[in-house]
Amino acid sequence: MILMILRQLMEKNMSSNEVLVGRSHEVAHQFDTAEQEFNTAKLGMWVFMAQEILFFGGLFVAYAVFRMMHPDMFREAAHHLSLKWGLLNTLFLLTSSFTMTLGERAIRQDKIKQGIMLLMTTVGLATAFMGVKAIEYAAKIHHGYLPAKWFFGEGMDNSLHLFFGIYFALTGLHGVHVIIGIGLILWLVYRTIRGEFGSHYFLPIEMVTLYWHLVDLVWTFLFPLLYLIR
Amino acid sequence: MSHVPNINFFKATTGLKSWLFTLDHKRIGLMYLGFIWFSFFLGGIFALLLRLELLFPNGWFLTDRQYDQLFTLHGAVMVFLFIIPSIPASLGNFFLPIMIGAKDVAFPRLNLASFYIYVVGAVFGIGSMLIGAVDTGWTFYTPYSTSTDTAVITMTLAAFILGFSSILTGVNFLATVHNMRAKGMTWFKMPLFVWSLYATAVIQILATPVLGITLLLLILEKTINIGIFDPSLGGDPILFQHFFWFYSHPAVYIMILPAMGLMSEMISTFSRRSIFGYRFMAYSSIAIAIIAFLVWGHHLFVSGQSMYANMIFSFLTYLVAIPSGIKVFNWMATMYKGSLDLKTPFLYALAFIFLFTIGGVTGIFLAALAVDIHLTDTYFVVAHFHYVMVGGTVMAFIGGMHYWWPKMIGKMYNEYWARVACFLIFLGFNLVFFVQFIMGSKGMPRRYHTYLDQFQPLHAFSTYGSWVLGLGFLVMIIYLIHSIFYGEKAPANPWNGITLEWKTESPPVLENFDKVPEITHDPYDFAAVDGKKYE
Ligand SMILES: [Cu+2]
Repeated sequence: MILMILRQLMEKNMSSNEVLVGRSHEVAHQFDTAEQEFNTAKLGMWVFMAQEILFFGGLFVAYAVFRMMHPDMFREAAHHLSLKWGLLNTLFLLTSSFTMTLGERAIRQDKIKQGIMLLMTTVGLATAFMGVKAIEYAAKIHHGYLPAKWFFGEGMDNSLHLFFGIYFALTGLHGVHVIIGIGLILWLVYRTIRGEFGSHYFLPIEMVTLYWHLVDLVWTFLFPLLYLIR
Repeated sequence: MSHVPNINFFKATTGLKSWLFTLDHKRIGLMYLGFIWFSFFLGGIFALLLRLELLFPNGWFLTDRQYDQLFTLHGAVMVFLFIIPSIPASLGNFFLPIMIGAKDVAFPRLNLASFYIYVVGAVFGIGSMLIGAVDTGWTFYTPYSTSTDTAVITMTLAAFILGFSSILTGVNFLATVHNMRAKGMTWFKMPLFVWSLYATAVIQILATPVLGITLLLLILEKTINIGIFDPSLGGDPILFQHFFWFYSHPAVYIMILPAMGLMSEMISTFSRRSIFGYRFMAYSSIAIAIIAFLVWGHHLFVSGQSMYANMIFSFLTYLVAIPSGIKVFNWMATMYKGSLDLKTPFLYALAFIFLFTIGGVTGIFLAALAVDIHLTDTYFVVAHFHYVMVGGTVMAFIGGMHYWWPKMIGKMYNEYWARVACFLIFLGFNLVFFVQFIMGSKGMPRRYHTYLDQFQPLHAFSTYGSWVLGLGFLVMIIYLIHSIFYGEKAPANPWNGITLEWKTESPPVLENFDKVPEITHDPYDFAAVDGKKYE
């Protein structure tokens, strides 16, 4: 699955320079050509994603520091998370990245209907992800596995509450990104229905797709770090 | 492409709305300029009050807590609202596109958005003062910041929002430099101000998010007690210091790099000589941006960091002196045998060299481990960073504002009064801060409003200096505002500069140039332009 997505990504990168946008779309006044506009926007998006990675980076460093300080506690903590739900969510997100890419591809080839279907599938998968997250959160809250001060769960290690501080911060922040992503994709669907996108212009779709892959990528780090390493 | 009438950007459209919704980088730059100086005067009033309180050793009109709040607000306003956005958001916004021959920045709407995000951040920051001004110091160190009952959440939220504005400006400038250059404007034909903004953008993009997550974690710590920074829950308060300085040291270069770029512009124009070692200047900006990320630990020398980490951070901090030194020597070499024109902007550039050198050299004292243990948290540190930030950045900012005032506003300011103000500011600044080196080396700790009687004369001296400094700024506002209404009309090129911004009218036309300028020479090739050889 990941390999397929990677291939998609690479294909897209190779072809984007050849595809000249701008048949009916009007180039913004500060640019000379549609190609310049396209490349500039893309650069801006990549740079913005670098920023996102550093934003999450802080939390990953916190994770690493505390894992170093309490290695046994982290080993125990992973047992309090449900591998099944985590795996299911990983599946949801990876598939959604795939459908997102297919949707972008379809719209670029003027298969508008198919594109909208795929984008909506992505939204569906993302919502399912959030649903599972809600179930997980509810279970944690019920059993008292809450951030530090509120913690009343059962566990062997007496620093277990620290893990859940990090767990809620990391997954919460990621969840906020998923929700923003859902909003962005719905906005794309709306604009696609209005007929703004097609082979002549698909820049915003490309941007959101990049963003969505990033959200997916962050999760592919979160999942092993929080759930898998036992 | 639609034809744009060649009228200056002030007159192109009128009314309040045409400013509030403008996408023109020049108008956005000017709006930033107004807000940024407003913040400066706000922070300046706090500073004057602080100095006034320190006139006598027993604390005569403020309580302990009020004093803590006042120095925190002075720091927070000056850092987050003034000096971080200062040069890039105002002069950078106005001149970056013009200097590379572009019609606008890459993303004008994002530019306007980042301006409004700045305004929202400012509202939060200033609002927090009304609901319980923060007393933690602008660094918000845990665990005190998580236990004080002042408005830490509102103020950190403000800094978080302002950081976001800074990131968006960085993204915008980076994309602009990469993709918006006019034909013929190769990387090594770019003015050094552009290079410095580019290096600054890299830091803004890569460092600011770390501040963002740090402040977010602090807010989570305060609201839902996640425990990461709380020692009573097993968290690590030193981790907060690491996170905070991972941003805030590079932020020092967000503050100083654009100033260095301005210096190169002013020095070469008023010496009428090509900048000495252009490529070294460009590369040293990038080098500073890279080293900036590797030295944060020098703020933790006495925080219980391992001795080996201290040694490495000390060594890396020394490295910063190399590219900074290259710049100072190159400016001096540029002036050597040049035909110096002692106009106001150039006077500020000279002030920068003098003050920044003192600030830089005292920075080396502080980078030395043994010396730093004695000097940590004394007035020596306060004097050091004020020499770098005010003596460096603010001097260059004022100089740059005078340099480009005729271009931005279309009016000349009064040269006589400008020199008077420059003299007062330079004198006042040294009166305030030079004695603080002496006090600090004698052990006067920072952040206390009561002190031993023996420091009273030096403190009083410093306070008197603050009045001279304040007077200098007052004179400056008066003649600048006067010039807007009664100033002589400025010619297109009052200083005979040769970078692109001097090839358009004053003020520039709506899309910056009547026709896209041809780039025929290096940015500082005065010899080619004047048709004679300068020795
Ligand atoms: Cu530092």
